[in-house]
Amino acid sequence: MPDFFRRKPTFNRENADNDGPVVPDGLWVKCAKCKDLVYSKDFERWFRVCPKCDHHARLTAKQRVEYLLDSGSFEEWDRGIVTSDPLNFSANGDRYSDKLRQTAEKSGQRESLITGKGRIRGYDAVIAATEFGFLGASMGSAFGEKFVRAVEQAIELRLPFISVSNSGGARMHESTFSLMQMAKTTAALSRLGEHKLPHISILTDPCYGGVTASYAMVADIIMAEPGAMIGFAGPRVIEQITRQKLPDGFQTAEFLLEHGMIDKVCRRSELAEALSLLLLHYTDATMGRRQPDYVYVSNGLGEDGS
Amino acid sequence: MTATTPAWERVQLARKPERPHSLDYINALISGFVELHGDRRFGDDPAVVTGIGAFNGRTVMVLGHQKGSNTRENLDRNFGMPGPDGYRKALRIFKHAEKFDFPIICFIDTPGADPGLGSEERGQATAIAENLLALASLRVPSVGVVIGEGGSGGALAISVTDRLLMLENSVYAVASPEACAAILWKDSSAAPEAAEALKLTAQDLLEFEIIDEIVPELEPAHEAMDQTIQRTGDVIERHLAEIEAIASDQGIDNLLEVRYQKYRNIGAWVDKQEEMLGELPTPMTASGNPGS
Ligand SMILES: [Zn+2]
Repeated sequence: MPDFFRRKPTFNRENADNDGPVVPDGLWVKCAKCKDLVYSKDFERWFRVCPKCDHHARLTAKQRVEYLLDSGSFEEWDRGIVTSDPLNFSANGDRYSDKLRQTAEKSGQRESLITGKGRIRGYDAVIAATEFGFLGASMGSAFGEKFVRAVEQAIELRLPFISVSNSGGARMHESTFSLMQMAKTTAALSRLGEHKLPHISILTDPCYGGVTASYAMVADIIMAEPGAMIGFAGPRVIEQITRQKLPDGFQTAEFLLEHGMIDKVCRRSELAEALSLLLLHYTDATMGRRQPDYVYVSNGLGEDGS
Repeated sequence: MTATTPAWERVQLARKPERPHSLDYINALISGFVELHGDRRFGDDPAVVTGIGAFNGRTVMVLGHQKGSNTRENLDRNFGMPGPDGYRKALRIFKHAEKFDFPIICFIDTPGADPGLGSEERGQATAIAENLLALASLRVPSVGVVIGEGGSGGALAISVTDRLLMLENSVYAVASPEACAAILWKDSSAAPEAAEALKLTAQDLLEFEIIDEIVPELEPAHEAMDQTIQRTGDVIERHLAEIEAIASDQGIDNLLEVRYQKYRNIGAWVDKQEEMLGELPTPMTASGNPGS
């Protein structure tokens, strides 16, 4: 039986770590793609992008917010919202509730999505960013509730909404509750649209299943980081079912751009600049006002990133 | 190897090839049905049937996933797994319904959306997502019925309706039990156990208030096809009449508000804000906490 939200086994936390940097002695970082060594301070300064091969290593939600938003501008919302494990789910004797607790300890997050308000080069926006270290950033009840509250708050505050996503899809452990978060998040975005507020979606590696097939693709503007793997079904599932070898570059951000599915492939270091330019246009035209007292706030990372 | 479970037996019933499929319901319940073909963009997906007809005296747009009742038919119908062309055909029908103020009836019966190469190239995820968006704000009443297998996003893409019904022996879940077992049990033969854990039966989903009503199967649908289809038609009529009344008495915006709240409120979460404030050394949370 084909499966559509199947996560590649490589999407788990352990391997997600492997994709990031390996730090042999704390000073040097080994790129997961080209295996070259990079001075770790440079690696951080370059937004965890390899200067040799441009590999964009995965970010935690916290790093994402730090890199994207003006320093100190982030105000997190709804940190206390967690799932109530509606199915009392356990697989093979492994209880979901235990897994949630362990994951929270390991990732430092209570759920797979963080939401809040912040500034991008001086422009206020509501932001939702996924935490891949928390069960592959899978979408369950808490994710959906936090997301919808953030959208509703964007409407309330008349602010643009920015989502930054990578995810394995809907979370199995909450079954149909998870599935319905696809409808719930998308319905909220429909309201955002009625209020003429933009949703800008940033897709990062890897983004699959129920997240791609819902809010992440329902955006006024969609950008993706270079090389990010994005799709509905995972490549292994497709290969298993179709018994076809997948073409080179299949499901990469560049592949999606070529097929008309996204607006732009944007390097991480240029993301804040690209977003702020868009926010300028929407703030002026659609949202009916200029940001008062524009103040450039450095992201505190030294480089201007452009 | 796991012994069978009650939920797994439901899955088997829901998948029975002899079970009535969308066209069986359409042919019995919709008079003067005219099938409409094609998404006007790329192709005509045989895994989705769409059309126009009369349901108890009113014009409706009707659509459903279409499985076959034997291998040959299933190959023709891609086992009821739509590609983006199928979802875009459905979207065309939704918009058509909205233009002419026709209510919509959807029959849900799919193992999931097609996971093929072409489907990915043509934007499977985008097609599903756009349907979810369209259904959320569609300005006509809609009723969805899960008649067999409600598999993941591929089912959801035509089931975000004002009322959602399930046949007694149908199932609806985030993933197939086999897939869930392969991932969380690391063993797809644990599917019967996974089926149980996924709480995918109509009874479960009624208790969770995710669906509105169960259409009883006094005998399994494939053993009493005519009675089952008639009974399903009666339940659809009752729900359709109710939401049509909301739309005409209180206005369509009220129906849209009810629909929004229906999906807005699905979710099982708790807010531990209070108890966390004590344990966080430097709480990042400040103000701006929206109410529920
Ligand atoms: Zn590299």
